[in-house]
Amino acid sequence: MAETTTKEVLKKEAVTPAGIERIRSTKVYTPAVDIMERQNDIVIIADMPGVDEQSVDITLDNNVLTIYGTVEPEIPEHHRLAFAEYGVGDYQRVFTLTDEIDRDKIQASVKNGVLKLILPKAEKAKTRKIAVNAEK
Amino acid sequence: MALTDLDRLARVMNPWREFGMLNQAFLGSDRSSGELPLFNVWLATDTATVTTEVPGIEASAIDISVMGKTVTVRGSREPEEVKDVGAYHRRERWYRRFSKTIEIPFTVDADKVEAKFRKGVLYISLPRAEADKPKKITIKSE
Repeated sequence: MAETTTKEVLKKEAVTPAGIERIRSTKVYTPAVDIMERQNDIVIIADMPGVDEQSVDITLDNNVLTIYGTVEPEIPEHHRLAFAEYGVGDYQRVFTLTDEIDRDKIQASVKNGVLKLILPKAEKAKTRKIAVNAEK
Repeated sequence: MALTDLDRLARVMNPWREFGMLNQAFLGSDRSSGELPLFNVWLATDTATVTTEVPGIEASAIDISVMGKTVTVRGSREPEEVKDVGAYHRRERWYRRFSKTIEIPFTVDADKVEAKFRKGVLYISLPRAEADKPKKITIKSE
């Protein structure tokens, strides 16, 4: 029998920090992500249907990584919305990175509405051996 | 008042606003929920368009079947292949097989159904069957 997922899925709306509003009233959602850590990098995969490589914006400011995907709502002509289980809107998610990420080597790719970010870890400073002299 | 006019305009341009308001009334929050994948149905006089979000899958992996008034979308979404993972910090994306059926208010002409898959969103256009279209009846006056 086909195994179907039956858990309730919520398309979560992005939370704005207290006191900060958005000027436009477009809905902004938080995309679902998978974050995996490997030995040499961290991989973030985000579901952003309706987004392609031109409409996604990735910015790194100090240690804050912001992912923003713009979605053009496609409303079929002469149709009215009769039944909706999900809303359509932009996507935003913000992460704080640690110093261990090498900012210059971050790679991003988008395919079929899925954003894949590879954050390579910086090469650790080589451990130095300190010579010890005997004190006379 | 200028404000309410703008408000009305916003409602026309954003059809999901009412959906959010309805949800707010029933569920106490305007979040979307349901069984995966989530569907939206748009209706015109002679066509219905069903849209659903299935990111990260190839068009060839989706199976759409139409029978009478029902449309079934079936497929399988595999988690992205990432080798040598040490630790998972977040696992929020859904995957595995899915199958969902929806019924629309008229019989569909199965031969004329068109489906488009773009940027992870599937659009299925379902035209109404000829036999189902209302016929004009001429009245003869005696």
